[in-house]
Parts: sequence; structure tokens; C-alpha cells
Amino acid sequence: MADLATQTVDSDLNLSHAFPEAFRWMVLARTFEDKIASIYRSGKIVGGVYVGRGQEAFSVALTSPLRPGHDVYSPLIRDMAGRAAFGEPLLEAARSYMGSALSASIGRDGNVHRGNPKEGIPTMISHLGAMISVVAGMLLARRLKGTLGDAVGATCIGDGATSTGAVHEALNMASVEKLPLILAIANNQFAYSTPTSSQFACADLVDRASAYGIEGISVDGTDLADCLRGFAEATRRARSGGGPQIVVGKLLRLAGHGEHDDATYVPETMRCSEIGQDCLLKARQHMLTEGWASEADCADIEKQATLAVEKAIATAGSEETPDPYAHDWNALSSEAFRNQEDAP
Amino acid sequence: MSITYLEAIREAQSKALADDPNVFIYGQDIGAFGGAFKATKGLYEKFPDRVRDAPISEDAMIGAAVGAAIEGMRPIIEMQFADFSSVAFNQIVNQAATHYWRTGIPCPITVRLPSGGTPGSGPFHSQCMETIYAHYPGTVVMTPATVEDAYSMLLDAVAIDDPVLFCEHKFLYYHLKADALPKRALPPGRARIARSGRHATVVTYSAMVHEALRAAESLQADGYEIEVVDLRCVKPLDMDTVLGSVARTGRVLALGEAFPWGGVTAEVISRVASEGFHLLDAAPARLNARDTPIPYHPDLWRFHRPTASSVESAIRNLIRD
Ligand SMILES: Cc1ncc(C[n+]2csc(CCOP(=O)(O)OP(=O)(O)O)c2C)c(N)n1
Repeated sequence: MADLATQTVDSDLNLSHAFPEAFRWMVLARTFEDKIASIYRSGKIVGGVYVGRGQEAFSVALTSPLRPGHDVYSPLIRDMAGRAAFGEPLLEAARSYMGSALSASIGRDGNVHRGNPKEGIPTMISHLGAMISVVAGMLLARRLKGTLGDAVGATCIGDGATSTGAVHEALNMASVEKLPLILAIANNQFAYSTPTSSQFACADLVDRASAYGIEGISVDGTDLADCLRGFAEATRRARSGGGPQIVVGKLLRLAGHGEHDDATYVPETMRCSEIGQDCLLKARQHMLTEGWASEADCADIEKQATLAVEKAIATAGSEETPDPYAHDWNALSSEAFRNQEDAP
Repeated sequence: MSITYLEAIREAQSKALADDPNVFIYGQDIGAFGGAFKATKGLYEKFPDRVRDAPISEDAMIGAAVGAAIEGMRPIIEMQFADFSSVAFNQIVNQAATHYWRTGIPCPITVRLPSGGTPGSGPFHSQCMETIYAHYPGTVVMTPATVEDAYSMLLDAVAIDDPVLFCEHKFLYYHLKADALPKRALPPGRARIARSGRHATVVTYSAMVHEALRAAESLQADGYEIEVVDLRCVKPLDMDTVLGSVARTGRVLALGEAFPWGGVTAEVISRVASEGFHLLDAAPARLNARDTPIPYHPDLWRFHRPTASSVESAIRNLIRD
């Protein structure tokens, strides 16, 4: 029941094509992150592991109407599904977690801090809210250069991070400039341990859209079809000059904040409620009901995902790790300034 | 013809916009209005798309600049006052300054910071932020002291592939005049001997260069020849020029307008002590503003920051040792 605020115009979306496609990426993301979480628990991944369990439908639906190489996509911490669907090689994700010297950041950063800016995928920093204005700047630059065309920029944020000033500044700027920016707001009910009641006092985050003079859509984040419809419409509006869009998904984080967190603060009643449903199980059921796949087809999709994940992780895990002695310790790119500030 | 420090900044931006279609300026009130200090006056008329008014959103302004840089543009961001860049701190030090390191893709943005005190500006329109930004890896921090440097270094800043914090001093905007714009300039990152001498070296930058020069002039009457090193860039820090000067004089005073705790002067002293201890005939000295917020009243303000006379006393102490 995508509440498309004004009217329901949904020309392009072909669910029988988009849904199974998105489902595959959801399976891959879940399989990958389950594996990464178990490696983390065995102590072989350092730092943190933050997964998108329960958010795969919302994450992949944002990227579903996007065109890699044409649009901008700035994923955040719970976007394994969206990243994969937008074309990130699984090996790149595995390298980032496993600390391979061949990762894009050559071991300088890890886990979710990966991207490919040249291909329209900025590399996130941890500071929540900071990427939205970067996307706005990329779109603004393309407009100034005359290369924007019908490209859009998509990014996402959690319910908690909507409280930052950075989100406000960026959304306001994007609407002043009327940029084709789509912000997915995943309201998964908690920011780490903080419930939404301590985070904001408005009835629904989608109500904020009108304050920015932009359009907002609400979707059921546990329902892939609803998510696909909502983002298809938001993207259509943004592509056709409608300015920034927000899409708010209601769902529940089906994991701890990170894999170190058992999330005992999430009430049982919430887990058992509508928003606590697993989007992946629901999507699988939908595939069967619609006749888009048989039980055997689904099992095959899952098996293929497992194989792909095993292979990527085995490869990344066998690659060399960064060598601190051979490392380039220059934080500046300018030739003239290299090796100047690394005083012994 | 005579040109002020502020006009030099405007001319440099005009040239940068004319030379490269990837340059644009983004900041508050900088469009038709020409900026709070008129540093962009007339530019909007010539480049209406590329001289853009921004909302009062310092964080988003720098975030957008980084995004534009990723797309191959070379944005110049005007902070209305350096002080307000604190609101953009996160985007400057965490987004822009880490970008090349994290991704291998350079981040050529220039952030113009109208810096430093003028009488009556008070605690929130007078700050010098160079120390804060120089502390972080991945930044270039420029502090031009002359009209010529204001012009040539701003052009350098735009051409450099890394984030540049361009600390332009408001006190120099109208006071400082030159006959013409420079044809040639020292490379960025190289200090300059602003006055030669042999009894002591003052290492300084930005508006304090002029206080040091006045102090040196006054000491000349007593037969003291004071060398003044203008750092031009505080990061990278040209220690070769500093140590070369200290080797000639044996005495050093590091002078800055910023707050005293840590900072550029502390960095200079610590490097001279560790890299050139054997060159010193006396304990190295430091002079900074006082360790309080910057006062509003002109009489308090003059007492807060170093002046030619406090610099002169500091040099006399240094020479007496
Ligand atoms: C500016 C900032 N403050 C604090 C943090 C630490 N932190 C990381 S994730 C997180 C919770 C985010 O919650 P939310 O935005 O709801 O997203 P979710 O984790 O639920 O997906 C916090 C507090 C941060 N990364 N950035």
C-alpha cells in the first residue's frame, strides 16, 4: 500500500521483472552478511559488522529504478542489497571486510566504507547525514556542466540520523536547488538502542517532506512490491523535474545495531508485530504465490548465492594484506607536497 | 594603478572562473550582492551560473563541494567568516581531507576563510582557524600576508588537487595595497624572507607579518637587524627556510594571531627545537593572542592580540638572553 501522497502514476514499473531481480539481490545480500557475521564472531574480521537484515527489500528497491553508470548512488551501513544490485562486485565487498590489500581503499578503510566515486558511488564516511550533501553536490556539478540529463542521485539514512543538522541542511539545499535527489529513510524503529520516541516528535517522518517543499512517499518496508512501487514513483518524479523526493519505509531492524549487540532492548511485541516480519521470507513467499519461481527455483537462487559468497570470501581471504612498510603514507595527492608532513 | 588585498582576491577568482569552466563559487550572499566583504563583486554578472548563493548551511556547502569535486569540478567555497567554518568542521576534516586517502581520488576544493581580528568584531567574527585545519592530515593551509600572495596563492589553491583552506586576513582586505598584480610567484608551500637580518628571526604569517615588520623597523633604530620569515603556507610548513634563517641568527620568535594553546607557533618551535637545537643561542620564544575568546572593544582587542609593540618587547627579551 504505497501511499503515493498525491496520485498514483506508475508507468514504468514491471513488477514481474523487477521483483524477481530484486529478490535475487536480497538473497545474495542476506547470504553474504550472514557469512560475514559468522566470520566476525570467529574473530577473523576486526572492527565492526553492521548488517541490513530486515532491510534488504527497502535497500534494493531504492536502486531498482536506477541506472548504474548514469545515476548517483550513495549507500549507507545497511545497504548490502542495494550495493549489489547497483553493480558492486561481491569480491569488492568481501575484500573490504577481509582487509585485502586489493580492496579499493587498499586497507585504509573497511567494512561498509567502500564505494567507487568515479562510477557515481561516493564512499561513505561514518558521520551520519554527511553524504546527502555530497550527492547534492554531484548533481549540482552535473547540472553546471550540462551533463545531468535525466540522471538522479539516491541515498539513504536511518530514523536516528534524521535528527542531525546535516540531513536538514542537505535536504533544504537540495530543494532550494530543485535537485533530482531521492532520500530513502529507513525507519527501523531504533537508532542503536534509542527508540524513535526519543528521536523525533512528529507523527511520521514523511510529514517532513512538506516542510522542505518536496514530495514524500510512505511504504511498507517489509513488503518488496510496495517498496518497488514507492521508489519507482519517487524516481520517476525526480527524473522528470519534480525535485527532491523522500521515501519513508516502516520496518524493523532484525539484527543488533552491530553484530556485537544482542538488541535485547527491542520489545518482543514489536518483533511479533507487522513491522517485525522478515522482508526476505515475505518476498520468497510472494515469488511462489505469483508463480515467478518454484520452490526448486528459490532453492537454486539460494544455492547460487551461497556459492558466490563462498568464492568471494575465499578469494579475498587468500589475498595479500596491506604492507605498512611499502605503504604510501601521503594524505595529499599533490606531487609537490608529498613526503613533507610525515615528520619522523 | 593600485590594488588592495581584497581586490586581488576578487581578481584571482575572476581569472579562475574565466580560465576554467569547472571552477564555481558557492557561498552566502556572494551572488548579485557580491559577498559580505564584496570579494565576489561583479562576478555573478559575468558568470551567473557559477557564482551561486548558498543557504546558511556550512555543512552542506562543503559536502556539496566535495560532491562537485568528485564530478571533476573545482569549487571555491566562501565562508562568510572563518569562524562559521566550525559548522562545516566535519565535512572539512572528515569528508574532504580524508577523501584522497580513502579513495585515491583527489578532492580539489578551496575553502576561503575570511580570518582574523578587526576592531569591534568580537568573539565570533575574528577567529584564526588555521591551526585547527592544519592539524588534520590531507589539508593544505594557506595564510597569505601580501596582496601579491593573496592573488597568486588563491590561483594556486584552485589549481591544487587537494583541499585548501585559504585563510585570507580581513584586517588586510582594505589596508594593504600593491602597485600591480604579480606576474611570477614562489611555489605554494615555500616561505619567504620578508626582511633580512642577523640578530634574530621572527617566524610568522598572515597579518602578523606586518606587525613583525613594524617591530623590526623600530628595532633597527637601536642597531638590531631582525629577519622576518613569512611562512605563506602553514601547511606544508617550509622548515628549510625557517631553519636556514635560524642558522643565520641563532634566535627565533614564533609569532601568530591565533590562540596560544598548541598551534602553528608551537609547531614551529617544536620543530626548531628538535631539528635545529644546535643552531640556537637562546631559548626559542613564542607570542600569540591571549588565552581568552577575542574581545569586542577595540582597546581590549588591541591588548588581546600581538601588536608591533608587544612583538618588539618579545624580540628585545629574546636578544637580551
Ligand atoms: C554523527 C554521528 N553520530 C553518531 C554516530 C554513531 N552511530 C552510528 S550508527 C548509529 C545509529 C544510527 O541509527 P539510524 O540512523 O536510525 O540508522 P540504523 O542504524 O538504525 O540503520 C549511531 C548513533 C555516527 N556514526 N554519526
